Amino acid sequence: MRRNRFTIPALCLLAGLLGACGGGESNVEAGNRAGILHYGNGTEPQGLDPHVVTGVPESRIVHALFEGLAVKNPYTLEPEPGVAQRWEISDDQLTVTFFLNPEARWSNGDAVTAGDYVWSWQRALNPAMGNQYAYMLYPVRNAERYATGELEDFGEVGVKALDAHTLRVRLNAPTPYFIQLMDHYSTFAVHRPTIEKFGAATDRFTRWTRVGNIVGNGAFNLKEWKLNRRIVVEKSDTYWDRERVKLNGVVYYPIENVSTEERMFRVGQLHYTQNVPLDKVPVYRAMKNSPYVNAPYLGTYYYLFNTAEPPLDDVRVREALALAVDRERLLRSVLHNVYRPAYSITPPDTLGYYPPQVISHDPQRARRLLARAGYPDGRGWPGLELVYNTSEGHRKIAVALQQMWKNVLNIEVTLTNREWKVYLDSVDTMNFQMARRGWIGDYVDPNNFLDLFLCGGGNNNTGFCDPRYDDMIKRQAPRASSREERYAIFHEAETLLMEQVPILPIYTYTSSHLIHPSVKGMPSNLMDSLNLKYVWLDADWRAEEGDPPGGSD
Amino acid sequence: MWRFIALRLLQAIPVILVVISATFFLVRAAPGGPFAGEKAVIPEVRAALEAQYRLDQSLPAQYVAYLGDLLQGDLGPSFKYPGRSVNELIGAGLPVTAELGLYALLVALGIGGLAGVVASLRPNTAQDYLPMSAAMIGICMPAFLLGPLLLLVFGIHLDWLPVSGWGDIPGDKLLPSLTLGSAYAAYVARLSRAGMLEVLNQDYIRTARAKGLPQWQVVVRHGLRGGLIPVVAFLGPAFAGLLSGSFVVETIFQIPGLGRFYVQAAFNRDYTMILGTTVFLSTLIVLFNLLSDIIAAWMNPRLRTQSGAPG
Repeated sequence: MRRNRFTIPALCLLAGLLGACGGGESNVEAGNRAGILHYGNGTEPQGLDPHVVTGVPESRIVHALFEGLAVKNPYTLEPEPGVAQRWEISDDQLTVTFFLNPEARWSNGDAVTAGDYVWSWQRALNPAMGNQYAYMLYPVRNAERYATGELEDFGEVGVKALDAHTLRVRLNAPTPYFIQLMDHYSTFAVHRPTIEKFGAATDRFTRWTRVGNIVGNGAFNLKEWKLNRRIVVEKSDTYWDRERVKLNGVVYYPIENVSTEERMFRVGQLHYTQNVPLDKVPVYRAMKNSPYVNAPYLGTYYYLFNTAEPPLDDVRVREALALAVDRERLLRSVLHNVYRPAYSITPPDTLGYYPPQVISHDPQRARRLLARAGYPDGRGWPGLELVYNTSEGHRKIAVALQQMWKNVLNIEVTLTNREWKVYLDSVDTMNFQMARRGWIGDYVDPNNFLDLFLCGGGNNNTGFCDPRYDDMIKRQAPRASSREERYAIFHEAETLLMEQVPILPIYTYTSSHLIHPSVKGMPSNLMDSLNLKYVWLDADWRAEEGDPPGGSD
Repeated sequence: MWRFIALRLLQAIPVILVVISATFFLVRAAPGGPFAGEKAVIPEVRAALEAQYRLDQSLPAQYVAYLGDLLQGDLGPSFKYPGRSVNELIGAGLPVTAELGLYALLVALGIGGLAGVVASLRPNTAQDYLPMSAAMIGICMPAFLLGPLLLLVFGIHLDWLPVSGWGDIPGDKLLPSLTLGSAYAAYVARLSRAGMLEVLNQDYIRTARAKGLPQWQVVVRHGLRGGLIPVVAFLGPAFAGLLSGSFVVETIFQIPGLGRFYVQAAFNRDYTMILGTTVFLSTLIVLFNLLSDIIAAWMNPRLRTQSGAPG
């Protein structure tokens, strides 16, 4: 009897808690019926101001709430009409005229005008704004001078509203990828009255992006924003292309831990995961009707060589190190073949461009080169340090390469892991011999990778500098008359670059997601780009044989 | 008693001031700033950002300005989340973390206290060894192992409980509380066993037994009050530890608490956020230590008479 005093309430409590969740409907089931996509979005966004934020999770939500002049077709990645119905490019490729859709509306009903773009680009470029992606607009005439404070008068920047629906942009040089940049959030228009209502135009700290305040021009409106919990957007009824929007809403979950995300997918809380834990990949691959989706991604994982530091100041040493690496084996044994081997900086098939293969896996040649450089069979080797940021994945790769160099070249390479910001500092100040690096493209064009290695480039970090290379990238390629000619120049430039081996390419990134089979219209593409207009949920989906995980519970 | 409290509060001021100063200068000494990113930031942008956060001023000037803001209760704007103040971020995370900590504490006290008392009644028998071995396992098992294990069993295979969230789906608070509380339950079990063993050997317990009181009355009415004093002394630091140490559990269970902000702020070099959370949590720790001292004094009359001159 005495014991009952404690046990009965405890049991009731437990039963109540358990009973309440039994028979509940999963997010996926409920979402399929209501047209709500449950989306794993990585991290809590820093914010939602298109001219302030910088990351991928932010960009997903910003793209739901705002729309650029042109958007990406998720299947082809070619630009298609957004706010602009169409655009004209002059014969000299120096003037682009955008014709805005008269139906384009802000979520409060105001029309989106060419003037909005002039004002927004001034805001995006204003040095006081501290916009880290301001350089996306640098192809515009005088934009860079204005952004660096060299030019005070925005009137001299090459953007002008000819009338409410015509925007004329003058460029510094022919920029074949300029239209693509219109889908980057730093070039988006923002709603001037809303921003000015909550503070100064360039104030980063106002509340204009909060629920109830924010005015966008995208297919969705912000409905709820709970820190570290979820962000909910709902279909906009002012968006010009609302007929084509099939989703009624999206719930974004900031889930940093990939295992947590995978568990949520398994019990049907998510339609889509941002990532897949590497050790779960073989399990998902072996599955019938697998929700696992893996596709090439516009990014390269590589090691930087500091070409000013001995022994790496000798190109033969750099090449020997690059040739000694067996990428196929590394990917197979350490990385479950999730990524693709890389032999150059530009990922293969970057809008039809294929990089030259200057380096390969060639142990014999590697040994010969090292001997010629004065270290036959590793004798007299002064030692070398590889720096990477602390992460189990980077460590595994570094250890594998360390072993390959030992086996092939008989040399010692020491590994040093550094905390993220410390590592960034060493890379930025060139305080390293060899360092891990990854580069993810901002737009699909070889230029986005090749202009890294211009003399003194902010992301060069190798000391590589060749005036011939700069000339090809900066002067010759933009003037090419056709895509073929332009790619041929890039090919030549990249060959020149890789012959000097300022970097050691390791793999081309891929995107890996778990996607519930009820999700349609979400194709894989090189940018891992999502266009919500194309996405719909098939409530009647049924797997042919055997439900995949994340199915109905 | 009041003098004791006032004295302890006065002592806390220099402690917190030292915490603020040490944190302020240590985070600034760490390499890599809040604006360092994988892609190089152009100098003009960096200068504009630094000006907006007063980083262009000298370090002492920044320190004085920070202290001034702090006196007004303003912890400053976050570097990582532009447009949000540190006050707002702490305000959003604290209720969740506090609730989680409270439940974890209840788990710790409920399971740990019961196990410890049960074990102390028959020392060196199976009734002692079994709960104490379990407690040892609890101490050794880290949350990043226990959490996923519980999730795998109850969340995925049995499908009884949600695998993530906090207050979204009924029952989603159970596993995180259990995970966070279990390590503390183990400590509480060992502390209460030791405390009870000591008390149960006292003369006044023998007197109680001699009066013919039943076993449960001896234990509950006379034993617990003295036997749980070590547990109470442990509670203050434990709750502070629960608040500041919930990062792992919050990450595993996708809980929007303070712990995630606290740890990520350090990785992000979010200067104001690191300072804000550290100052806030250290203030809490000081307060909870004081609180547990007061409760201990209330439970132990001997401490109360000495309370005018605390150590």
